[in-house]
Order: sequence, then C-alpha cells, then structure tokens
Amino acid sequence: MRATISTLPIKFDRVVLAVGDIVILDEVSLAITAGMPTALIGPNGAGKTSLLRLAMGLMAPSAGRLTWNGMPEALCARNAFVFQHPVMLRRTAAANLAFALAAARVERSRRRRRVDELLALVGLDGMGSRPARRLSGGEQQRLALARALAKDPEILFLDEPTRSLDPAAAKATEDVIRTVVARGIKVVMATHDLNCAKRLAGDVVLLHRGRIIETGPAATFFTAPRTASAAAFLAGDLLL
Amino acid sequence: MLAFQAFKFRLSHVLLFLLVAVIARIAAMPAQGQEKIDSGGDKSIVVASTTSTEDSGLFGYLLPIVKARTGIDVKVVAVGTGQALDLARRGDADVVFVHAKPQEEQFVAEGFGVKRFDVMYNDFILVGPDSDPAGVKGSTDVVAALTTIKDKRALFISRGDRSGTHQAELALWKLAGIDPHAGRGDWYREIGQGMGAALNMAAPSGAYLLCDRGTWISFKNRRDLVVEVEGDKRLFNQYGIILANPARFPHVKKQLGQTFIDWMLSAEGQMTIANYRIDGQQLFFPNAFSGQ
Amino acid sequence: MSQDPSALALVLSADPSLIAIVRLSLFVSLSAVLVAALFGIPLGALVALSKFPGRQLAIVVLNALMGLPPVIVGLALYLLLSRSGLLGGLGILFTPRAMIIAQAVLVTPIIAALSRQTIEDLWLEYRDEFAAMQVGPLGRVNALIWDARFSLVTALLAGFGRAAAEVGAVMIVGGNIDGFTRTMTTAIALETSKGDLPLAMGLGLVLIAVVLAINALAWIARRQAERFAE
Repeated sequence: MRATISTLPIKFDRVVLAVGDIVILDEVSLAITAGMPTALIGPNGAGKTSLLRLAMGLMAPSAGRLTWNGMPEALCARNAFVFQHPVMLRRTAAANLAFALAAARVERSRRRRRVDELLALVGLDGMGSRPARRLSGGEQQRLALARALAKDPEILFLDEPTRSLDPAAAKATEDVIRTVVARGIKVVMATHDLNCAKRLAGDVVLLHRGRIIETGPAATFFTAPRTASAAAFLAGDLLL
Repeated sequence: MLAFQAFKFRLSHVLLFLLVAVIARIAAMPAQGQEKIDSGGDKSIVVASTTSTEDSGLFGYLLPIVKARTGIDVKVVAVGTGQALDLARRGDADVVFVHAKPQEEQFVAEGFGVKRFDVMYNDFILVGPDSDPAGVKGSTDVVAALTTIKDKRALFISRGDRSGTHQAELALWKLAGIDPHAGRGDWYREIGQGMGAALNMAAPSGAYLLCDRGTWISFKNRRDLVVEVEGDKRLFNQYGIILANPARFPHVKKQLGQTFIDWMLSAEGQMTIANYRIDGQQLFFPNAFSGQ
Repeated sequence: MSQDPSALALVLSADPSLIAIVRLSLFVSLSAVLVAALFGIPLGALVALSKFPGRQLAIVVLNALMGLPPVIVGLALYLLLSRSGLLGGLGILFTPRAMIIAQAVLVTPIIAALSRQTIEDLWLEYRDEFAAMQVGPLGRVNALIWDARFSLVTALLAGFGRAAAEVGAVMIVGGNIDGFTRTMTTAIALETSKGDLPLAMGLGLVLIAVVLAINALAWIARRQAERFAE
C-alpha cells in the first residue's frame, strides 16, 4: 500500500441524486466498511450503478452528505472502478495495463514485471501482445479487472462484473474476485446475479427505485430477509 | 509515459514502409544545382512577363543562354501584361518585360520604372474557324474584319484580362468605332484568361479571337483554327523591357536587373531572340537600338 | 520541358525536369502537411477536449474552413507576402517556402477538423475510464492522440491529397517559375495553355499515380486501425 490514509468507511447520509426531474437515488443512508465484499442488488433501474459511481467519487450528489473516512473528498488514487462495459484502449492487452500503471505513477522499471504479474493474476498469461479489443467478452472483463488492480487499490468497485458472461467466464471472473478479496482489498459490487452475490458477498444492500429496502450480512439476508419486499425479491417476484 | 509494444511485422507494414521510403527519397533528392529554397541564391532576379512570351516557349530557349552568359538565374513570373505591371507596382519584380507600350510608358511616368526600351516585335493575327462564318478570311484590314464580325454577330473571344493582347484588341475596336461590350454575353465573350486558354476555347466554340504570333506558332492544339487576317500595320506588336525603380523599391536587384536588360539589348541577346524558331519559323524580331 | 512531339514518351522516360517537378510537388505538399499537422492536431485536440463559450461555433467554422477555396488563400497570402504587403520584408514571395505556407493554410483546417472529430469521439468513449484511472490532462491528450493514430494518419493523407491536387494557391504565390516553383499541377495548367494536351495529360497521370499511392497508404492505415479497434 502506497498511501497510508484509508478512505473507508464510506458514509452516505441522506444522499439524493437527481438528474432534472428524475430522482435516481432518494435519501440513501448507508455505510460501506472494510472487510468482506459488499453486494448491491436490486432490479434494473434501482440505482446500483449510480450508487457505485457516487461512492467512487465520479459524481457528486445533488443533496445529502457523502464522506470518505470522515473526509469530504474521495481519494480516487486509493480506489479503482470496473465499469459494466469496460472500454479497452486500442492497443495490446499489455499496453493497456502499462497505461494504467503509468497513470498510477508506477516507475517505468517496475512496469514490465507488474504487467506480467497482473496478467497472471487474472489468468491471461501469454496474452499480453494480443490487441485488447480482440479478446473475448470474458477476457476483456478480466483484463479490466487487471487494469483496475494496477492501482493497488484499497477499494475495488465492480459494476455487474459477470453480466453477459458465459458460466465458464463468470467462474473465472469470480475466482479473480476471490483472489482479490484474499489480498485484503475491499470489493463493492453491483450485481443482478443473486447467486453470485450469495457466493461472494459478506454484506448485502438491496436497492429498489433509488431507496434502500434492506441491508445486512449476507448469511442472514438470503435465508431470513426482514422486509416483505426483500423476501418477494428473493423469491423471484418482480418488484414494482 | 506510453508503452510501445513490439510490432509483429506483416506485409502491410512492409508496403507502408516502402511507400513512405520512396516518397521520402524523392522528396529529399538534391536538386541538380537547385538547392535554393529561399529567395533563390544570390544571382537571381524576378522578371514579370506575359503569358505570350512564356507560352511561346521563348524563355525556355532564352534563359539557359542568359544563365550561361551572365550567371543570372532569371525567374519569370508569367501573367498578363496588366497583372505584370501591377506586380511590379507592388515591388514584387525586378524587371518587367511586356507588350503594351502606352501602359509601359505610364508605368515609367508614374515612377515605378527607370526607363523603357524596345526589345523585339512580332504581330497579332486574327484567328478563327476554318469555316469562317463571318467571311473575313484573307482580308488585310483588321478593322473592317472586326466590323464585319460585329455586324454578323459572329462569336468572338476576348482575353478580357488587361494583357497586352487584350489592350491591343480594345484599341482595334476603338479604331472601328465599336463598343464590343454591347455584345457581351451575346457574341462577345470575355474570359479573363491567358492566350492558351482563349485558343483552347475558341476551337470548339468556332469563335474568332486576336492572337499574338508567338503563341500561335507554338500552340499545339489549333484544331480547325486558321489565320483569317494578317499583315495589317495596325497589328504590330511591340515588346518592351523596364527595370523596376530602385529609388522606389530599395530591395530591387538593380545591378543584376540592368545586366539582364543590357544583355537582352546587346547584339548577342538580339541575335539569340532572332534565333528562336519553331519548325523553322521565327517568332520574334529583335528591334532594340543599343545605346538607347 | 522540351518541345518534343512525343511528349508522353517524355513523361515515361523520367526526364530530369519532370523529376524536378514531381520532386518539388512532393516536397511542397509533404512539408505543408507536416506544418499543418503540427498546428492542426493540437488545435483539434484542444477544441475536442476543452469546454469554452462558442465551442460549437468553433467546430462549425473549423469544418467550414475545410472547403476554403485555394485561390482565395493564394490571393490573401500574395497580398501579405508581396513587397508592399505586411510581410513583404521576408522576401519569400515566388519561392517554394511561400507555396508551403499557402498549402499549410489550406490543409490545417482539414487536419484540425478531422482530428477534432476523431479525438472527440474517442474521448467520449474513454472518458469514464480516464476518470476512474485518474489520468492527468497531458496523459489524456497523449493517450487519445496515440489511440487515434491511424485515423490521424488518414487525416494527414486527406490533407496531402488536397495539397497535391490544388493549383490555385501555389500558382499565385509561387508564380509557376520554370525550374523553381513549378509543380505538377501548375505545369499541367501551363502545358494546357500551350495547347500541349498530351503532355498535360501525361503529367496528370503522374499526379493521379501519386494520389493513388496516397490512397493506398490510407487503406493500409485503416487496415491497421481495424486490427486494434474491434
């Protein structure tokens, strides 16, 4: 770890996000703390992506307070984000990683080795010289993970990491996430895949229409949800 | 900052490299004795001249000889006479070599030139389609021919560019007492371009026009154009040469310019002009008087 | 050019004055494109990446300037470089240098407008990732220009094509001086006015060959882009 200041916990205090007339997040209060992964679940349009972006500091809330370890500004250098549709630069896979390393101010002499390490970490060894955009969907997802990890982040935000991946690719991605968690990196992921959340999450946050329906440890949430809406959602009903 | 990945070389890379190399090679080729990219080395002058002298090929023949005899690189900018004089009025030429005596004398009178000298002459001819719709072929009276052309509203193309040829043409209309502009858009077509362009246009349109002998002899695209009227004394075409006034334009290369003019007026220069022929025909007749 | 009746043979025989003309054309147009790229690409990147009042207007103007008539550029530059003009003291009228400047003026808007488009499109695509990776402004510009390299090369080639094919600007500021400022296009104009149409056509064929070679390069550049794009 290069910087010593932690940005956790991230505290949302009655945060509102509105774009024009549309309210995306409606008085969300939440604390993201260090430890096991936090899964944001909920139907499409619930506001999961927006919540992640706010937590990363990519957007500012329209109202309410957002603090990172008590600080009003996110230290983006400590955190990394993998978007739902990650965009690769028009270069080789290795060059993409090198670019991320450069942006993270890693010394040139160390970059080569780090690129190889990161590629190995996500199971893409030997693919460094392939054009990044020619990789399969699953491979690009893992490359995006590797690119995010180049920063040596404290928190890793993942937006739908296994959506549109076939089971094999999804498994490979989940394995990487487990490795990342084992290294002590805090993972916050938005996912539509309840089973993935079951497999990986330590805490769960259920979001619906911009509001938090329920939060809690994964163990109890999936077996005994407290709210009726959560129970309905888990049962497979469409929340309206 | 940027990671350069190793390129795998492919055929397209090789082709790319070859094309770039060829282009770069051609562009970088040392010019045979023409390394001048700036104002052209020390011994060069800019001569503003006419399209008729350029198009006739006179300079192509004359200038290498000038270079050999005097060491001067003569850079000819060939535009219409009016334009050439304007160019010189702006100070962009060292010497002017055109064929419109009244305008040249005015140029000197206004203080832009030092002195005007006769250099050579030839004549103008009235050229037109072989079918001769106006029925003027063989005449030696150009003014009468022009009157007939106007009366019959036969198509006539004018340079319209204040060139020497254009000035001569207007002077002839004036002698005939005709204002050709009344027929503008109808039978009288002003194109605002050089002699060659005018000839290129006259052939397919079946039009008459006034042409200088030099351009006519060397012109290669006559098609069915023939000489209709020649030999009228009023078709005399005199060329004059003038040094730009260094008092007015301090940057003018007066020594080199004067050397060039002196050579053109010298016996050797005059003989060289006379020696320029195409298919045995002489295009220009020297008539400078040395020591004038 | 000699008055050889088989003028076409002259073109095919690599006559030294023909080589000199082709050489000058390439030299002038290539230099102009280089200068235009030096100004145009940063300008395009600047407009693509910065927000400023009147930005949309700037984009419209830049696109419109692509269609700047060469003869107007020639005339404006002539008045500027003439001895009685503002920059007359430079004494570069009727020299290749003036021709390079004229063509650079013509080509810069093309390169600037095309780079702006490419870089802006790329920026919209990469924006989120740059924010997440915290790439600084210089890093962003470098990354965008590098990733856009093939499209930028295509823009340069488009600029070269325009420069190589134009006659209005170089005729006026160059003066079409034999052996000094005579390019392929001005030579074609001259031979046409001398009525030597076969020679003019022959030169035209050489010019077309050059343009074809340029388009081949553009095609190769696009192929390379495809390799990395999708």
